[in-house]
Amino acid sequence: MDKIASAGNKGKGIRSDCFVSIEITKNSGLEIQLESKVKVLYGESIKKLVHEIFSFFGITNAKVIIEDFGALPFVLAARIEAAIKQLINTEKEFLTAFLEENKYQTTRERNRISRLYLPGNTPPLMINAGVHKPDGIILDLEDAVAPAKKGEARFLVRNALRSLDFYGVERMVRINQVPKGLEDLDYIIPHNVNLILIPKAESADQIIQVENKIKEIQNKKGINHPVWYMPIIESSLGVLKSLEIAQSSKNIVAMAIGLEDYTADLGTKRTLEATESFFARCQVVNACRAAGIQPIDSVFSDVADMEGLKQNVLKSKSIGFDGMGCIHPRQIKVIHDNYAPDNDEIEKAKKIVNAFIEATEKGLGVVSLGTKMIDPPVVKRAQKLIDLAINTGKLSKNWREIENDKV
Amino acid sequence: MTKYNLVKNAAGRMVPTEINGKTLVPFMGIGNYRPTGRKYAPPIATCADYPSDGNKLIPSLKEALIKSGLKNGMTISTHHHFRNGDLVAQQIFDIAFELDIKDLVWFPSASFECHSTLIKYLEDGTIHHIEGSMNGALGKFTTEGKMKGVGVLRSHGGRYQAVQDGDVHIDIAVIAAPTADTFGNATGDRGPTACGLLGFALADSQYADKVIIVSDNLVPFPCVPWQIHGNNVDYVVNIDKIGIPEKIVSGTTEITKSPDRLLLAEMTAQFCEEAGIVKDGFSFQAGAGGTALSIGTYFADACREKGIKARFARGGSNKYLVKMLEEGLTDYILDGQTFDLEGVRSMRENPGHLNTSPFTSYNYHGKGNFSSMVDVVILGATEVDVNYNANVVSHSDGYLLHGIGGWQNCLFSKCTILPIPLFRDRIPVIKDEVTTICGPGELIDVIVTERGIAINPLRKDLIEKLKNSTLPIKTIEQLKEEGEKICGVPDKPKFTDEVVAIVKWVDGTVIDTVWKIDK
Repeated sequence: MDKIASAGNKGKGIRSDCFVSIEITKNSGLEIQLESKVKVLYGESIKKLVHEIFSFFGITNAKVIIEDFGALPFVLAARIEAAIKQLINTEKEFLTAFLEENKYQTTRERNRISRLYLPGNTPPLMINAGVHKPDGIILDLEDAVAPAKKGEARFLVRNALRSLDFYGVERMVRINQVPKGLEDLDYIIPHNVNLILIPKAESADQIIQVENKIKEIQNKKGINHPVWYMPIIESSLGVLKSLEIAQSSKNIVAMAIGLEDYTADLGTKRTLEATESFFARCQVVNACRAAGIQPIDSVFSDVADMEGLKQNVLKSKSIGFDGMGCIHPRQIKVIHDNYAPDNDEIEKAKKIVNAFIEATEKGLGVVSLGTKMIDPPVVKRAQKLIDLAINTGKLSKNWREIENDKV
Repeated sequence: MTKYNLVKNAAGRMVPTEINGKTLVPFMGIGNYRPTGRKYAPPIATCADYPSDGNKLIPSLKEALIKSGLKNGMTISTHHHFRNGDLVAQQIFDIAFELDIKDLVWFPSASFECHSTLIKYLEDGTIHHIEGSMNGALGKFTTEGKMKGVGVLRSHGGRYQAVQDGDVHIDIAVIAAPTADTFGNATGDRGPTACGLLGFALADSQYADKVIIVSDNLVPFPCVPWQIHGNNVDYVVNIDKIGIPEKIVSGTTEITKSPDRLLLAEMTAQFCEEAGIVKDGFSFQAGAGGTALSIGTYFADACREKGIKARFARGGSNKYLVKMLEEGLTDYILDGQTFDLEGVRSMRENPGHLNTSPFTSYNYHGKGNFSSMVDVVILGATEVDVNYNANVVSHSDGYLLHGIGGWQNCLFSKCTILPIPLFRDRIPVIKDEVTTICGPGELIDVIVTERGIAINPLRKDLIEKLKNSTLPIKTIEQLKEEGEKICGVPDKPKFTDEVVAIVKWVDGTVIDTVWKIDK
C-alpha cells in the first residue's frame, strides 16, 4: 500500500488554512472528501481546484481528504502540491496566478524603516499584512517555521509571492541558513522576490554562494532585475566580520543585527538597557556606513509594550540605525513615527537646506546660518533628514514652495 | 407543510402575510407604515387582590407560575441582562415540562449560547416557537426547520413596539432581578448578580398580564432605586442563584488586540475626524464588539488632544466609557445595557451615568427616541450588499446565528458606520444581495474595510468632506470586486420554500424572511 502524505495545519484556532492528506490508490479514480467551514459557498470551487491540480500532475487515482478552515485558493493549492510532492517525483510546479500588482521592483535606496516578519507557514497572518503598510514584509522560511514544516512552507511562500497582493511593500523572504537556504531560492527567485534575508551570516563566502545560486536561477529563467540582499549578523564571528560581509556583494542594500542569537552566542542575556550588545550594534552600524548600506536593528520582542518599543527605537536611532524589524503590525506605526525625524530636527534641517540653496544661488562658497558657518557634512545630513521626513510623510515634498508662498 | 401566502415588500423581498396564526404587514419603506388605534394595556388590577403589607413572596417559581395561570399556548417573556449567565429561562421551561404544558411561546429580549439547552423543549413541543433572537445552536435548529412554529426576530426597539402596540401579548413576564423587595420593586445595579440595569424588562413589567420577579437578593422594602416598579408586579420569588456573575460580563467587551480590527478602528476614527463629527458636544454610540470599543478609545484620545468633550455616549457601557465619563470627556453615558462591572459600579455611583430603556432609546412608535439624535454610531454586520442593505442575523451560508439587538434602531443616527473586514476567512462580506435584509441601505452611510472605505452615494455631504482624504475611499462595487478577487465568487446557499423565521422592521412590518436551508 502507498503511504499517506499530508500538508497544512489543523486543530483549534486554525483559520484561513487547511489540512490535506492524500493517498495514491490503484483504480478508484479521484475520491475527494471535503470538510469545510465554507462548503456551501466554495465546496464546488475547491473540488474543481483539486481536480485541476491532480490532472496537472497526471494523477488519476487517489483518495484526497481536505479539512478546510476557509483557506484562500493559493493556500489550498500550496497544501495540495506539498502533499503530492511527497508521493511523486516531478519537476513540474502548479503555479497559481501571478498578480500584475506584484510585478514591481524596489530600489536600493528605498526606506527600510520597518519590516514585518511573518511565519512562512501561517497563512492567516499573511493575508492582511500588506494593508498595515510596513516598508517590507518578510516571509520567513527560517526560525518561524517548524523543522517538519520547512518543505511545505516553500510552496506556500512561493504561492503567496505570486497570488497575494503585497500592496507595494518590499517583498522579502528570509531563507534558511546557508547551505540549506540555497535550496529555498528555487522557490522564490522566479517569483519576483525583491530582497533576500540571509541569516547567521559569518563570512563573505556565504553571501557569494547565495549570489551564485541566484544568478544561476536568474539565467535559467531569464530574469534581469536585481534581487537585493540583507545579511543578518547573529554571532560574535559575524560581528567581527561584519565589514567583510557588508562589502561582499553590490546587491547588499542593508545589513541587520539579530540580538537573540547574538546574546546567546556571547553567553549573556538580552536586557532592555542592551549594554551587552552595544559594541555589536555600533560595529554593525559602522560596517554598514563604511559599505554605504543601511544598518537595520533587531526586533523588539514584547509586542504589548509600546512605550518600551518607542524608547528602544529612539536609542536605536541615536546609535545610527535606519530601521528595525517588527513581529506584530501594531509595532509598525511606533517604529515609523520614532525613526522619523521630529519637528525640531525638521525645522533645523529646513533652515540649513534653505541657507545652502540661497548660498548656492548667490554663488557663495561658504554656507552660513546667522553667525555660524555650516560645514558641508552638516548640509548633507540635513538634506538626508529632509528626504526622510518627506518619505515618512512628516513633510510635504514641495515644502519649499509651500513655505515660500506663505512668505 | 404549511402553505404561505407571500407578497413582495418594499425592500423587494418575499414575505409571508400570516404566520403562527397572526396577520402581518409587509415592510412599506422607512416611515411609511402609520399605526392607528391605541396602545395595548394589561388588565386593570385592584389592591383588594394583593396583600396590604406588600409582601408578595411565593415559596417557589413553580408555584408562582401556577398561580399566574400557566397553561398551553401562553407567551412567557424573559430579559437578557444576564447575557450568557442566565439561569432563569431554563428553570421556567423545566417547570413547564414537569407540568406537561405545551406550545409555549418564548419571548426573550435576546437569547445566548447558554439557552441552547432549551432545544430539547423545542423538540418535545413544550416550546412552540421563539420570538426574540435565535443565536448559535438555536439559530441552526431554526434554520434547519426543526422549530414547530415560525420564529420572529425583532430589534430591542421593535420588541418594545410590539408589546406596546399589542402585536405580542405577554401572558407571564418572569423578570430576574439582582436585588428586589417583597413588594416587587427591583434593581439591577446591586447584589451578587448585579447586571446594571433592567431596561429590557420594562415593557414586560408594564404590559404583561402577570409579572413575576425572581431574585437571589431580597432586601427589606424599599428596594431603591426601583428600576422595576413593584406596583406592576404580581409575585416575588426568592431562589438560590439567578445568574452566573462572570458570564454576565461578556467576553466581547475587551478592546481588540487583533491588528486587523485595530486598523479598522483607526480608519473609522480618522473618517469621523475628517468628516467633522468629532467636535465639542458631539455624541456617539459604540457597540460591544472589540472594534467598536477601540473606536471609543480613539474618540477619547481625540477629545483629550483637542480639549473637547462629548455631550453623551450611548452604551452598552463598559470600563472604557466609564473612564471617559470620570475623566470628564463626556458629560453623560446613556446606558441601555451594562457590559462589565465597571459599568455597573458607575451606574450605581455616578449621576452622569443614566439608566435608559428601549422605550427612551429605541421605540419607533413613540414621540421620538434617542437613537436618531446620536451623531455617529458604529455597528457591525455579517454582510452588506452593493445597495448598502445589511444583514446581522444570518451568515452567508444561510444559517441564522445572531439577534438584531439595537442594531436596526441605531441606524437612525445621523451617521451610521459599519467597520467590517472585506472578508472573513474566505467569505466576502460585500455581496450583490445580502442573505437576509435587516437594515435598508438608505440608512447605512459608510462601510469601512481594511482595503477601502465606501460612502453611500446618498451622503453627498460626506463624499464632499472626504474628497481630499488620504483614506482609501472607493465605491462599494470596487470593494465587492476586490473581495471576490481574493476569495473567488461564492456560490449561494440553497433554500426550500418553507418559512422558518421572519425579520421585523422597527415599526413591526416584515422586512425579510428566513427560509429553511436545503441540506
